[in-house]
Amino acid sequence: MKYLDEFHDPELAARQFEDIERIVTRPWALMEVCGGQTHSIVRHGIDQLLPGQVRLIHGPGCPVCVTPLETIDKALAIAARDDTIFCSFGDMLRVPGSHHDLFQIRSNGGDVRVVYSPLDAVRIATEHPDKQVVFFGIGFETTAPANAMTVLEAERRGLTNFSMLVSHVLVPPAIAAIASSPDTQVNAYLAAGHVNTVMGTAEYEPLVERFQVPIVVTGFEPLDVLEGIRLALLQLEEGRAEVENAYPRAVRPEGNPAAKAVLAEVFEVCDRAWRGIGVIPASGWRLSERYRGFDAETRFEVTDLTVQESPLCRSGEVLQGLIKPNECEQFGITCTPRKPLGATMVSSEGACAAYYQYRRLALQEEVRA
Amino acid sequence: MTMCLGVPGRIEEIRDEQGTPMASVDFGGIRKDVCLAYLPEAEIGDYTLVHVGFAITRIDEASALETLELIRSIGNLAEELGEEPADLAGGAAAGGGGT
Ligand code: SF4
Repeated sequence: MKYLDEFHDPELAARQFEDIERIVTRPWALMEVCGGQTHSIVRHGIDQLLPGQVRLIHGPGCPVCVTPLETIDKALAIAARDDTIFCSFGDMLRVPGSHHDLFQIRSNGGDVRVVYSPLDAVRIATEHPDKQVVFFGIGFETTAPANAMTVLEAERRGLTNFSMLVSHVLVPPAIAAIASSPDTQVNAYLAAGHVNTVMGTAEYEPLVERFQVPIVVTGFEPLDVLEGIRLALLQLEEGRAEVENAYPRAVRPEGNPAAKAVLAEVFEVCDRAWRGIGVIPASGWRLSERYRGFDAETRFEVTDLTVQESPLCRSGEVLQGLIKPNECEQFGITCTPRKPLGATMVSSEGACAAYYQYRRLALQEEVRA
Repeated sequence: MTMCLGVPGRIEEIRDEQGTPMASVDFGGIRKDVCLAYLPEAEIGDYTLVHVGFAITRIDEASALETLELIRSIGNLAEELGEEPADLAGGAAAGGGGT
């Protein structure tokens, strides 16, 4: 496929690795914010091929992983109702709530449907006027325009049986939270390129200014990730701290104006709790006042929740880059993608799942050796 | 599915569906319907990045080639300078000039 194969070229990757060897004179730690990049890095072994002085810290950029437990429990309560059809991206179905997950609700007779596009949920609502159709609207800025469109479509079609359970999160406040933590070890950030296709790059200027850290907008294919790493290291070695774009074929400085206009109309900024991390001020979006009528949380009053995390799961530390997944005692033993204790083992972007998928055997050998 | 994954594909067909611009996009042999609401200026033959059924950005061919050219040139630069990887300082400075 065009624009995929070219950015997998091993010969060019070798040049990037060589150049990185030459650039680096000191130890540096870079954080790739996005879980999609974590998967690319672990899958292709990029972290293992980098010079020993360069450490990659995996960031919290997995929307499935950071959706608060309380919101998952609300989703479960709504999905269990007889009068609802609950629509969600597939990744959310196995995320453990306090007591069960969406799969279990489905096997107990709940109508839970996996959608590929959020617009599928609106179509389902049109086809089932007798049911309340609830869409689980999660994601970063990349997914938000698609989710926002459901509300506009529902309004255009005059649907009164559609609503969205919203748990949107934003990247810049998360970077700010990590960068201002006193024990942060991160010297530079690889920004999640697809978030920037929507939002552009201007939001990152104040962060660079405030924390004096390089932020490099980075893509997802192996050469893209390596180019992000290479440019970040060049900045660090030269003592620069700038916003740089290593993914210009997809990211324009202004982002996507049509998407930004809809986001500004449909959403407003709010404080948001991140699972495993805690509340980060102004780090989420909720429906704006004009569209609040589509908010599933007000439509279905869910109370009496007793939220309880697994006491064994260390996903909070994993999400903050404080430990690697394999340092968790449960990793691969009591916690596997089939029976996950934490959301980071479920999602295709979760760091625990990435290590399980690509590193488990190597890690076991390491232990044996 | 992966939440933040964007998959590149080629726009094969554009149509209007009750006021919503839609496209048929080819992903290496598999065709899917994609909403063009956020890429109204897209044309047939354009490559676009698709995320959860929406085209979110156009893939710019010229920048793609430029990036690949830049990566190709970093290695050549080192060869031209006749450096061993261990020979550090000069290489870093020269490499920085290109960015
Ligand atoms: S391995 Fe499982 S229990 Fe450990 S942090 Fe990851 S998700 Fe939680």
